[in-house]
Amino acid sequence: MRLLLDLFTILTVSAGAFFFLAGTIGLLRFPDPLCRLHALTKADSLGLGLVVAGLMVQVSWPLGAMQLVAIWLLALLAAATVAQLMGRAMRRGGPDR
Amino acid sequence: MNQGLTLALAVDLGLTLAALGLAAWVIGTGRSEAAIVGFVAYGLLLALVWVRLAAPDVALTEAAIGSGLTGLLLLGAARRLRGTEAAFDVPPERPPRAQHWLAALFSALVALALAGVVLTLPEPAPSLAPEAVANLPQTGLGNAVTGVLLAYRALDTLLETLVLLLALVAVWSLAPDRAWGGRPRLWHPERGGALTLLAQLLPPFGIVVGLYLFWNGANAPGGAFQGGTILAAMWLLVMLAGLARAPTIDARWLRWLVIAGPAVFLGIALLGFAIAGAFLGYPPALAKPLILIIETALTLSIAATLALLIAGPPQPGPPS
Repeated sequence: MRLLLDLFTILTVSAGAFFFLAGTIGLLRFPDPLCRLHALTKADSLGLGLVVAGLMVQVSWPLGAMQLVAIWLLALLAAATVAQLMGRAMRRGGPDR
Repeated sequence: MNQGLTLALAVDLGLTLAALGLAAWVIGTGRSEAAIVGFVAYGLLLALVWVRLAAPDVALTEAAIGSGLTGLLLLGAARRLRGTEAAFDVPPERPPRAQHWLAALFSALVALALAGVVLTLPEPAPSLAPEAVANLPQTGLGNAVTGVLLAYRALDTLLETLVLLLALVAVWSLAPDRAWGGRPRLWHPERGGALTLLAQLLPPFGIVVGLYLFWNGANAPGGAFQGGTILAAMWLLVMLAGLARAPTIDARWLRWLVIAGPAVFLGIALLGFAIAGAFLGYPPALAKPLILIIETALTLSIAATLALLIAGPPQPGPPS
């Protein structure tokens, strides 16, 4: 059982790290700010979700797991808001570069 | 065990290199906004470094104040300066190359001297930590950092809070005469946007987290500064989204709020003469309640002062 849980953690956290990497590559490679924003927010939200899911089976139940979920939800809220604000600022003022 | 050690070493090495690289980039980049964003990321990296050094109190402070709050202050300053530069239409003058090299040389010398001092420390390094922990029960606290801040070195903390007050006075003194008594202007609000939603959703949680950090500071990482910063952030968020107006800076309640912390701290410090025979002395039986009173007043004052620092000087505007 322990081994199974550890395996689950390794798989999901690795997948999360992969999405972070993909998001970062998108940030560096995509042509304009809106595309970069798209890469960053989608990939990071999913990546963080996978990391949280992987770590949830390693911490105390239910308090530790709830903390992790709370962190994920707060990060989602912040990422979505910032993406909206940046997107709106870009549409209004045009990209800086 | 050995494998775990090398893995930890790899993480530490990566963190150190990333922090150093980012620091160099922040210095090297020419655009102020980019440098500030780099500085914020650098602060978050430093917070991770403090976590690795088993100093969660410092990590929290670095993330909240060193990175977040200072970053916002710098962004505001950069925006104001950009306006000035444009108005005078003068390209910023670059200092001569020799001056650059001199500054770099001096910084490198200071860094080398510090590294030399750290490396030549006797083994074990001289430390007051064991005594600090041994005497902690007298203060009724469980968090040694709070003990140092509010009992052993309370004078330093008192001066810090006074510095914060002076900084606010300095910011307000930048206001033009006709704006005195007005409100700081933060944002041109767009009602109904994503920011409004965030400002409606987040503050209940943020206030709980801020109060928790303050209350928990007695026994666990946290305290007045960290908790106060989060409360300040929540107030700023609500003002930025246009859900609440910034207060006029001559409001009586605001003035009381801002000086409550330093005043209570100073009052209890003077009371020490009468009840403990020394400035800032606490009689052992009353240490915990007195520290709690100081921390409560400090948290409120720090929250208000930090938020007003970010909000900036009052702006002249349409009479309201």
